[in-house]
Amino acid sequence: MATLKEEKNKRVKKTDKEKNQMLELFRQMYLIRQFELACGENYTKGNIRGFLHLYIGQEATAVGSISCLEEEDYIITHYRDHGHAIARGLDVNRSMAELFGKKTGLSKGKGGSMHLFDSAKKFMGGHAIVGGQFPVATGLALACQYKKTGGLVVCYFGDGSTNQGTYHETLNLASVWNLPILFILENNKYGMGSAIDRVRAGGEDFYTGADTYDIPAAQVNGMDVLAVKEATEIAVKKVRQTGGPFYLECKTFRFVGHSLADGQKYRKSDEITEWEKQDPLVKFPEWIKSAGIATDKDLEKIKSEVNKTVEKSVEFAETSEEPSKSELDDDIYKK
Amino acid sequence: MREAIKKGLEEALDTDPNVLIMGEDIGAYGGAYAVTDGFLSKFGPERIKDTPISEATFIGTGIGAAAAGLRPVIELMSISFSLVGFDQIVNMAANIRYMSGGQIDVPMVIRAPTGAGVQLAATHSQSFETWLAEVPGIFCVCPSNPKDALGLLRTSIKNNNPVIFAEPALLYGLKGDVPDEYYEIPLGSASISQEGNDISLVSYGAGMKILHETSEILAKENISCEIIDLRSLSPIDYDTIGESVKKTNRLVAVDTARKNGGIMAEVVANVQESFNDWLDGPIVRIGADDVPWPYNKNLEAEAYPSSEKISEKILKTLI
Repeated sequence: MATLKEEKNKRVKKTDKEKNQMLELFRQMYLIRQFELACGENYTKGNIRGFLHLYIGQEATAVGSISCLEEEDYIITHYRDHGHAIARGLDVNRSMAELFGKKTGLSKGKGGSMHLFDSAKKFMGGHAIVGGQFPVATGLALACQYKKTGGLVVCYFGDGSTNQGTYHETLNLASVWNLPILFILENNKYGMGSAIDRVRAGGEDFYTGADTYDIPAAQVNGMDVLAVKEATEIAVKKVRQTGGPFYLECKTFRFVGHSLADGQKYRKSDEITEWEKQDPLVKFPEWIKSAGIATDKDLEKIKSEVNKTVEKSVEFAETSEEPSKSELDDDIYKK
Repeated sequence: MREAIKKGLEEALDTDPNVLIMGEDIGAYGGAYAVTDGFLSKFGPERIKDTPISEATFIGTGIGAAAAGLRPVIELMSISFSLVGFDQIVNMAANIRYMSGGQIDVPMVIRAPTGAGVQLAATHSQSFETWLAEVPGIFCVCPSNPKDALGLLRTSIKNNNPVIFAEPALLYGLKGDVPDEYYEIPLGSASISQEGNDISLVSYGAGMKILHETSEILAKENISCEIIDLRSLSPIDYDTIGESVKKTNRLVAVDTARKNGGIMAEVVANVQESFNDWLDGPIVRIGADDVPWPYNKNLEAEAYPSSEKISEKILKTLI
């Protein structure tokens, strides 16, 4: 897999289209970072309640992988879902409004941070029971296969979920039925406060385990958006060719706590500092500049637009109506 | 009964290409209770899908398939096995529509044999339709005869929500008339299984046979029983129960599930709230003993409600 450094060394001349793609990757990562910072701020203010799990540090994984998908592909993910939602192009205003619990939210204020959905974009949730999304991903993939849509399913999951039975059951079934699922592990080293080595037999690498289920697998640096993109392109191509599953492990790290309630007593600040050296929001713009794709001024312009987008989303959420009490029992059953 | 369920499934497979069936040993083996015997050769492996022994995963696979526009019917070998997939049924199937603000529908049926009486001991004799009936977002039905089984299965498969279709394990061999002309039975509708004037008896599923036996015993005492078949545990048809109570002014509610937390606790509480003025005596509630189901035949019968026990209690309490 290529790394930023190798790409830089190649010094391949980029076309305008490729340059724009690179800038779009940056824009999305920066949007996620700013969105998450705004969420944190509004959590402190009490505008966002419940549990809030931020994606800060992991942006390259969602953005790099989702950039390789088509409209007919499904995405299903875990409760740390804001990054995937934004990378899939879910409306930022309606996403923020959902976190504020407003009527204008994606789920009319009924789902909250951990349960973002947009069926029109085939974004099938945010799921908050760890490992609960695996079986549903299998069913979405079965429907793709059964209806011959040509689509695939990307199922995101964290290292913590790999000790759930559904993980192993689903890898088995996806392989036995040859279902078009790309399993993307976001290995951020901690399941809440539990480091991998305290809860898992078999070491820190997970992708080798896919072999047990005859699923082809690879590992990639999840902090490097281009590496993730390239690996996902290969993986997606493989899934479309074979119709069957692929397993991609992204080594990544969250720079913040598990949720806003986390004092991070279970890890040392040195470890965070070390990983911050790989911050995709620092490394990638540096590379963009050194590769001659854009200047500081170009990047500032993107940042300024994104900042406005996020500010507007907070304003939209703040000024949106609360759901009316009469909506309490709407949406339980389909008529 | 088995043939009626089979007919309902075959009809759905014949008429709707989005219907498929998944479960353990439903294909080559023909199903633990032989309901899907012959389906694999008739409909093929794409629609009759033998699954690994992974209840959580094949239930969830049904949810995902339903969310993407198919109409899966899931077969569990026992409703006790629903526990292995409970997270998928409750947290996923029932909640997804609400959590997504109505964006995602889950048109799926989960069929499962339920109840005691066949000496399968504690892990295979429970009646968890009573637990599932509590969960908003899913419907829950349990037929007591072949006619209702077919009518309810038709509506369950056509319904756009998850439906728990509990099949009393005792009744697979039950004979009964099934009309030739097409009919459906709406979810949420109880039926009057026998008209009477003096006492209303209500139960569902395997409990219905016991109510009819009870009625015969009481008839000898010149007591006329009206018998209500709940048919649907979620939602519950309080109109039908209420009309009956208005007529007889007495209610006896019987669960073949454990009494503690059984669905009749809910029925009784609601009738008391809404129809108290019409009652001329205390409501009698009878259920199975609150014990793990034993294997031994005599012990199992001791835990199970019987017409003798019920009629004795009625004569003591209400007459």
